[in-house]
Amino acid sequence: MLFYSYFKTLVGKQVTVELKNDLAITGTLHSVDQYLNIKLNNVHVVNEQKYPHMMSVRNCFIRGSVVRYVQLPPGSVDVELLHDATRREARG
Amino acid sequence: MGTNVGLAPMVDSTISVITNDGRVIVGILRGYDQATNLILDECHERVYSSKTGVEQVVLGGLHIVRGDNIAVVGEVDDEIDQGLNLSATRAAPLSPVQH
Repeated sequence: MLFYSYFKTLVGKQVTVELKNDLAITGTLHSVDQYLNIKLNNVHVVNEQKYPHMMSVRNCFIRGSVVRYVQLPPGSVDVELLHDATRREARG
Repeated sequence: MGTNVGLAPMVDSTISVITNDGRVIVGILRGYDQATNLILDECHERVYSSKTGVEQVVLGGLHIVRGDNIAVVGEVDDEIDQGLNLSATRAAPLSPVQH
């Protein structure tokens, strides 16, 4: 639940989601759910020359299970806070 | 805020689905559930190739795509889509998802 809550604080920010098929999609984070499925608005694919498969897509839903990385805007991570929170969660 | 991730706004509109094996299926979303199983109407597959343009294969009918096999669901902007010159688009097919 921790990362779900964390991603919710990033709504409205610009993120790049790299998928497990090497596709990378940049867009504005619209929402996230309990499975860490992600909805992005105003998307564009990184390296559109190589990956023109989503040229007519502006808004998309990405299944959480295929996400490899989420690249966050610099400065949007309070590392100390997240650090403490993960420790607290691990302790139970 | 931030919890409305559902596919509800896409129901009855054209969507483009990228599956885990790298296929691109375009169709009208008729229904979905919490596991991202989709019901697609009037589907066709867009087969990308680096040698020839995009080939559209009509699948027709009503299809259920199992959620496990879905990577991305995109809302198709019909205006942009009609402006695309698919027969001149050359690109390698997407790689399959590797977990």
